[in-house]
Amino acid sequence: MFAYLVRRLFLMLVTLFGISVVIFVLLRIVPGNIVDILFAAAGYVDPADKANLEKELGIDQPLILQYWHWISGFLRGDLGYSYVSEKPALQEILPRIPITARLAGLALLFSASIGIPLGVISAVKQGTRLDYVLRVVSLSGLSLPSFWLGLLILTASVAMFGQMPIFNPNPQTWLEAFATYAVPAAAVGFRSAALTMRITRSSMLEVLRQDYIRTARAKGASDAAVNYQHALKNAILPVITVIGIEAAFLIGGLIVTETVFNIPGVARFLVEAIRWRDYPIVQNLVMLIAVVVVVANFTVDMLYAVFDPRIRYTD
Amino acid sequence: MRSVWALAAMAALSVLTVSTTTLAGEPKQGGVLRMYHRDSPANASILEGATYSVNVPFMGVFNNLVIYDQHIAQNSPETLRPELAESWAWSSDNKKLTFKLRQGVKWHDGKPFTSADVKCTFDLLMGKSQQKLRQNPRKAWYNEVNDVTPNGDFEVSFDLKRPQPSLLAMLASGYTPIYPCHVSPADMRTRPIGTGPFKFVEFKANESIKLTRNPDYWRKGRPYLDGIEYTIIPNRSTAILAFVAGKFDMTFPTHITIPLLKDIKSQAPNAVCVVEPTNVSTNIIVNSASPPFDNIDIRRAMAMALDRKAFIDILFEGQADIGGTMLPPPQGIWGMPKDKLETIPGYGPDVNANREAAKKLMQKAGYGPDKHLAVKISTRNLAEYRDPAVILIDQLKNIYIDGELDVVETANWFPKVARKDYMLGLNLTGNSIDDPDQSFYENYSCGSQRNYTNYCNKEIEKLFDEQSQETDVSKRKPLVWDIDKKLQEDVARPIIFHARAGTCWHPYVKGVTIMSNSSYNGFRYEDVWLDK
Repeated sequence: MFAYLVRRLFLMLVTLFGISVVIFVLLRIVPGNIVDILFAAAGYVDPADKANLEKELGIDQPLILQYWHWISGFLRGDLGYSYVSEKPALQEILPRIPITARLAGLALLFSASIGIPLGVISAVKQGTRLDYVLRVVSLSGLSLPSFWLGLLILTASVAMFGQMPIFNPNPQTWLEAFATYAVPAAAVGFRSAALTMRITRSSMLEVLRQDYIRTARAKGASDAAVNYQHALKNAILPVITVIGIEAAFLIGGLIVTETVFNIPGVARFLVEAIRWRDYPIVQNLVMLIAVVVVVANFTVDMLYAVFDPRIRYTD
Repeated sequence: MRSVWALAAMAALSVLTVSTTTLAGEPKQGGVLRMYHRDSPANASILEGATYSVNVPFMGVFNNLVIYDQHIAQNSPETLRPELAESWAWSSDNKKLTFKLRQGVKWHDGKPFTSADVKCTFDLLMGKSQQKLRQNPRKAWYNEVNDVTPNGDFEVSFDLKRPQPSLLAMLASGYTPIYPCHVSPADMRTRPIGTGPFKFVEFKANESIKLTRNPDYWRKGRPYLDGIEYTIIPNRSTAILAFVAGKFDMTFPTHITIPLLKDIKSQAPNAVCVVEPTNVSTNIIVNSASPPFDNIDIRRAMAMALDRKAFIDILFEGQADIGGTMLPPPQGIWGMPKDKLETIPGYGPDVNANREAAKKLMQKAGYGPDKHLAVKISTRNLAEYRDPAVILIDQLKNIYIDGELDVVETANWFPKVARKDYMLGLNLTGNSIDDPDQSFYENYSCGSQRNYTNYCNKEIEKLFDEQSQETDVSKRKPLVWDIDKKLQEDVARPIIFHARAGTCWHPYVKGVTIMSNSSYNGFRYEDVWLDK
């Protein structure tokens, strides 16, 4: 087990190194740098001014040196300065992370709390009108892009109530916080709710045909007990897997949702930083996301071994 | 008796009505003006900026030596007003401009404003200072200035190489604030300090910009507002919905396209919306250094094939202007009169006749129904560039030119143009002041950084200088018109149209004037107030 742990740690470091190289190289392959973009905004290019600015920002140095400066700084916890705002990159990134994390968390919660019960109902009521309605709802969830849904919600709320939900950066109460995040979370979570609903339904339908369900019914168990204690407990595993995968896909939806609802989260910030070629922000932010994903993966694998006696990592 | 009482009551009522009206018209102190901002500016330094994303939110932080009257929509030499300068005077040979400066003015950090700050600012702009601006897009404005000399603490002189009456226009632009000597250009990008009506509070990239009232402002009783808050919303639909829902008092200036105006008026019928030219022309840049556009016949044929009215009808529902380089009248001061404009090939009202003449030129160059000319039309990946480029491709089909759209990302656009890696380009040119010197020297002068096509005509260059030195406006105008006509005939940068755009605010916002020949000079906002 110890040797496995060491090997996994080593592999984790190799993975992170590989990711850092990929991030660095991809960002440099994208045509243009911050200086090009600043001069594009100025409507002229003065070669001398451009060279001075590239020197000032250190992007005139050889790539290998630039990589070394970045990665050594990252390991020391020094993320450098944003080229655009000229503020410390960490100071720019950190306050935005909780905003996106809350939005993503609430979207996943929405997805699970709507998708699973409706999926169960749809399966239990298979072939009824309710089942057809729920299947249409889930199909629409998979078809409607979140930015379109978001704009529809905003337009409808303005047209019907003369109001529109707008991001409140400093909610004072839980209710205010919920009001700030609920609508965008619903817009972005609707797709994963639909997917969860479909997976729950098909998984439930499979389980409900099993012998042990018939046995439970024969023993006189109530419908609720059969559906929720016996069937759902066994049908939930693929659903959890799907929710896990959806969490990773959520970032794409969050970018457009944060744009449509004007939420100053980290997802929109990342896109803006890419637009400006703000290397210190993009490199460090993507690297931080990579670290979180890799460490989480590693932790889960380790926890399997700790909690499940059937799983043993051999040397 | 009853009628007497009735008359008295009516009189009292009318007095009350009049006084109420007067009271409603009196500016009120207080309130924060809430606006959205269309995007996140690169920084807060107006001297380094070249987009009104910078000077809209930050113009209120500063003062100029002189400024265009903020309540007269049309900028002109007659609307120049003193600001940090109390008065100005030209020397008899028109080569020295002296300003008497206002005394008792303080920077937002409490330090006194003096003539040294004026010198520092212009040394910075002319590249004479130890400290350097990261970018200096308007350096060419001061090409004719030898030196800026303080005469004591409250007088300063600009010594010119030759007379240049337009210098005053450039000093009055929103792009020419006076910076303090004691703050570095780097600090001015992140925490600007000015003498203006509003103090900088905070700029959070992609989130918001906040300004607060300067209680020590030299103009007593101003500003009326307690502050201005800009929420950065790049998504236009979201921003407009938020304005309609009352989250904002005003839209970002000139951000509303003509088709969108109808939406706003239908959803917020009380909103006050103003449509004005932006002094931004949509034009074609031609790579005349390489075939086929090194052939003047093909360049002329292309310019003659344009149906400018069709562009305006499709893109602006008829609300835009046809003109040459200078913004056309009545809003433009220097634009050619209609009768002169229509003498330029391609500007005549009969589009079919123009195109027939263009076809003949194409045939002379060896093209015709059986042999079309294939060209790439490059443009930036922005709707205001792409949309007219598509119409241009459609129109060029009429004269045997088959266009292909080549969409270029912003970061690659100027490097591509600079290395002449294009045939035709669809381009937008913004003029920060309605002034011939600014437009001619910036866009058409040999060697200018913004002369993207490297157009260089020594004869026209002489005419640029001739008009620039003319102090009599009535004599200068015909010179400017002749130059403008020659530029169009030379197909230097064919102008397709001059755009217009809308700005809306709720009726309780008072004192806003949208400039009709500039979208860069009207954002001091010290007289804006909220009637609520």
